[in-house]
Amino acid sequence: MRNLIAFLIKHNFIVLFLLLQVIAFWLMVNRNGYQGSHVLNTSNAAVAGAYQTAANTKEYFALKNENDILANENAMLRNLLKSNYAAIPLKSYTLKDTLYMQQYTYTSAKVVNTSVNKRRNYLTLNVGKNQGIEKDMAIISPEGIVGIVVDVSANYSSAMSLLHKDVSVNCQLKKDNNYGSISWDGSSYEYCLLTDIPTHSRIKKGDTVITSELSGIFPQGLIVGTIESFERKQNDPFYTAKVKLSSNLKKVNHVYVIKNKFKNERDSLETKTQTQLDN
Amino acid sequence: MQHIYLGSYIVPYPYVLFLLLLPFEVPKIASLFIALLLGVVIDLFCNSSGLHTSSALVAIFSRYYILKYVSPRDGYDAAVQPNVYDMGLQWFITYAGSIIFIHHTYFFYLEAFRFTEFFSVLLRVILSSVSTFLVCYLLQFLFYKNQYK
Repeated sequence: MRNLIAFLIKHNFIVLFLLLQVIAFWLMVNRNGYQGSHVLNTSNAAVAGAYQTAANTKEYFALKNENDILANENAMLRNLLKSNYAAIPLKSYTLKDTLYMQQYTYTSAKVVNTSVNKRRNYLTLNVGKNQGIEKDMAIISPEGIVGIVVDVSANYSSAMSLLHKDVSVNCQLKKDNNYGSISWDGSSYEYCLLTDIPTHSRIKKGDTVITSELSGIFPQGLIVGTIESFERKQNDPFYTAKVKLSSNLKKVNHVYVIKNKFKNERDSLETKTQTQLDN
Repeated sequence: MQHIYLGSYIVPYPYVLFLLLLPFEVPKIASLFIALLLGVVIDLFCNSSGLHTSSALVAIFSRYYILKYVSPRDGYDAAVQPNVYDMGLQWFITYAGSIIFIHHTYFFYLEAFRFTEFFSVLLRVILSSVSTFLVCYLLQFLFYKNQYK
């Protein structure tokens, strides 16, 4: 015992280094654990506050560009207004609103921090629990999909961007509905990889990729991007395609957070079925 | 610093400069805790729990062995600091270059954590190390301007 203590004291630098390194690894491994994700990320009020100040300054310089995007979207929405459509001259026309239940609700939010050059990129948004944001909600920009919420504090939330090692979103080709999944290979913030497209699909350059119903987080039919190139590796029954993302994740500023009101119901049904089958 | 985008292969992390410029006489144990603190703060802002902490510790750990290796024959003078003015450019290139390279190699391989990306990560390590070194070199002219003119 005495020798051990003497040894530890003699090599205290290395011992302490290893001890601290263990702490660092513990933080890394626990990144998804509740404490880890709650303490050490940018939805933490102090850090998010600092980012908010920086974002406010930056936003001022991007106002013109941002205005254009929002004006375009306004014009698009204006086209959908009721007053633009002629009334149908039928006397017995009733619209039973109760037949439809709203499944998705949108909350507008601002991105206060984002990055594109790491292997795991995150966004910080200026909305949180007080605004009704929860974990696993989808984030889209006016141009396309952006990411998924992973953690919320009272007034901020942090989200995995599409440019994240562990994110993969279920997508489909718009023209023939073949499913595939999209993930990021870490090379450029403008492109993602679409894998598992079956070879009988007549995939072409320029095809539109949209989100599919299977993802459960994103509503179906949101634009993801367009096919830039595709290839089929030897002995691989699937195509791998390079997709140019329609949203510019480096400049993203105004976003919408989407809540799927039926998500809990769907998830609980799916887990129930799963556990019943397993038993 | 994470808002500076120079392509996805050039990602400088100039906070290493802080560790490089720690005075020679800071005790070994204290310097480990300084690195821990710096790493945790960087991790908070980068959303990368533990990654920068671990890398900063490796950087400060390797610093002692590199300082020993590049020390002058009669040891370090009491009044000098480990920067480019006091020690000269050649010394600084060996000293900072090797620590930055060790730090970046460790950091980027730990970040990717996949062997399938071996070569793209290697390219990232080399280009980022060079850019970090250049930024660190230039930053010193800002910090020490008044003192030496």
